[in-house]
Amino acid sequence: MPETIDKKSSSVGKKVLLKGNEAVAEAAIKAGCDAYFAYPITPQTETAEYFSKRMVDLNRIFIQAESEVAAINMVFGASAAGARVMTSSSSPGISLKQEGISYIAGAELPCVLINVVRGGPGLGNILPSQADYFQTTRGGGHGDYRCITLVPNSIQECYDMTMAAFDLADYYRMPVFILSDGIIGQMVEPFVMHEYSPMFANMPKKDWALTGCKGREPNVVRTLYMSPADGLEQLNRRLFAKYEKIEAEYRDCQQISCDGADLIIIAYGATSRIAKAAIKKLNKNGKKVGLFRPKTVWPWPGPELVELVKNNKKAKFLVIEMSMGQMIEDVKLSLMDVVKKDWIYFYGMGGGWCPTPETICEKVNEVLG
Amino acid sequence: MSSIIKTQPESIADKSTHYCPGCGHGVMLRLIGEVVDELGIREDMILTAPVGCSVILYDYMNCDVIECAHGRAPAVGTAIKRVHPDKFVLVYQGDGDLAAIGTAEIIHAANRGENLSVIFVNNAVYGMTGGQMAPTTLIGQKTTTSPYGRTAKGMGKPIRVCEMMATLEETKYLERTSIHSIRNINKTKAAIKKAFLNQINGIGFSLVEVLSMCPVGWRLSPQEAQGYIESQMIDYFPLGVYKDLEY
Ligand SMILES: Cc1ncc(C[n+]2csc(CCOP(=O)(O)OP(=O)(O)O)c2C)c(N)n1
Ligand code: SF4
Repeated sequence: MPETIDKKSSSVGKKVLLKGNEAVAEAAIKAGCDAYFAYPITPQTETAEYFSKRMVDLNRIFIQAESEVAAINMVFGASAAGARVMTSSSSPGISLKQEGISYIAGAELPCVLINVVRGGPGLGNILPSQADYFQTTRGGGHGDYRCITLVPNSIQECYDMTMAAFDLADYYRMPVFILSDGIIGQMVEPFVMHEYSPMFANMPKKDWALTGCKGREPNVVRTLYMSPADGLEQLNRRLFAKYEKIEAEYRDCQQISCDGADLIIIAYGATSRIAKAAIKKLNKNGKKVGLFRPKTVWPWPGPELVELVKNNKKAKFLVIEMSMGQMIEDVKLSLMDVVKKDWIYFYGMGGGWCPTPETICEKVNEVLG
Repeated sequence: MSSIIKTQPESIADKSTHYCPGCGHGVMLRLIGEVVDELGIREDMILTAPVGCSVILYDYMNCDVIECAHGRAPAVGTAIKRVHPDKFVLVYQGDGDLAAIGTAEIIHAANRGENLSVIFVNNAVYGMTGGQMAPTTLIGQKTTTSPYGRTAKGMGKPIRVCEMMATLEETKYLERTSIHSIRNINKTKAAIKKAFLNQINGIGFSLVEVLSMCPVGWRLSPQEAQGYIESQMIDYFPLGVYKDLEY
């Protein structure tokens, strides 16, 4: 483990070096994560290893669970008990957790989940991928629900977004994902390790938590509603009213040199970093290319994308993903009324590779002719 | 002149249950309620309910309850107990829940020596889904998914949970009881109390396996179901204490 861990208190506010997988762990610990449960899987394991030491040192809860299924159900229990709780995994492990995530969403409990996405389907490989986009943006498990999904493209964002994830989870009472990948998780770069400060002035009280019913009516955490009249309809309507509110309040994206661009690349996570490098080269050569980077993929920053088109009617779009094309469906849905269908291009790969700035430049030149 | 006075433990809600006539879950609810009252732990307890006929325990118990996913109550209970070590956490499971889909969770909670009290209701079938074969279904027993009777070949023999758990060194108290007669019901109550006290006294993982009637799943009358335990189940699932370590 890197030196920086033990020096962490002296490094608060200073630039430090950590892997993405370690930065999320340190951010969680600083944000007051009481309990962490997980099962090893590459390329995520450093997070579990980091927690295994720090949580024990801090006298907090760490369990290496017997499976991802057990881990997510421990998250369910700890969250219901009122704790701030997190788990992390990579694609196959996240698939196993889906039943539990559905229960957590249905019970309106907060938790933070990290998916360091790797190649799939099946065992796939341990290389970076973005092929879990559908899974994370459409709920993932059974039933009607959503998870807020934040997508970092730097170690600073891994750290900052993890802190934010705890607050968003508690504030909206729902699971919040950090969608990382094999590059972001394994990458080391300097970042500022600032102290945690809550993003909401008034965090709601956890008066629903299971603490024993002394002095109050019993609290029940459940997802079973035997008949429609028992409240399932109301639950789903309440959830979707909440989701609508979040879609209005918490979309986030970054736009770089989109004004007057002939082509706008749409990419998130590691891919957006590589695209940025390509855009720098292209701009130098006089090509007007911009970047639209979603920082949340649910809620999807569709209105921002549409607004962008209003200001720039001549731009073509190139969606780049480390998948066979998943986010592109959201792009097409957002742009179907404002951009010609054949002006939306795709560049993707499904082998656990990542694009290079050179291959991106080639693709851009192809599109721009 | 004699009269029957209805007494209701405070920890049990004043509601009629959905359990079928002669069902063992009703007896278990009453026993747990009495023990909770006697130990005065209602306001300090958190119950993890399984998926199975007892899923609606949150409606019947007058305490904090979480309804868990099928088989996962031991993982949920583990986390709750770790978060609130000073509270009493009760894990209640059926045989499909504990010995099939949730085998990993119960074994590993036991192996970690979690300070939990587990009530394991073994009724040899999946009651809630209509009487399918469970890991505890007897050889020869007909169920909706073993219409010709269970055979060892291809279906395996019934799993003896207490015997299996006894091999795990961190388990502290394991007993198998039954509720097919008054005498056995009283013994079961004593076992439940011991399992609860073990947790309260910090002794560690305790599990009481209770042979319980599912007349509907067995296609028997309530009386016949009691007889079935006496004449068939106890032979294969001997009653008794499988482990009792008081430290
Ligand atoms: C993941 C999952 N698989 C299957 C089911 C369906 N199911 C509900 S209850 C049950 C069996 C319960 O049997 P048991 O644990 O023996 O409890 P009993 O009803 O007999 O008390 C099953 C298979 C489910 N709810 N969830
Ligand atoms: S099906 Fe069996 S276990 Fe379920 S309530 Fe009826 S008798 Fe009880």
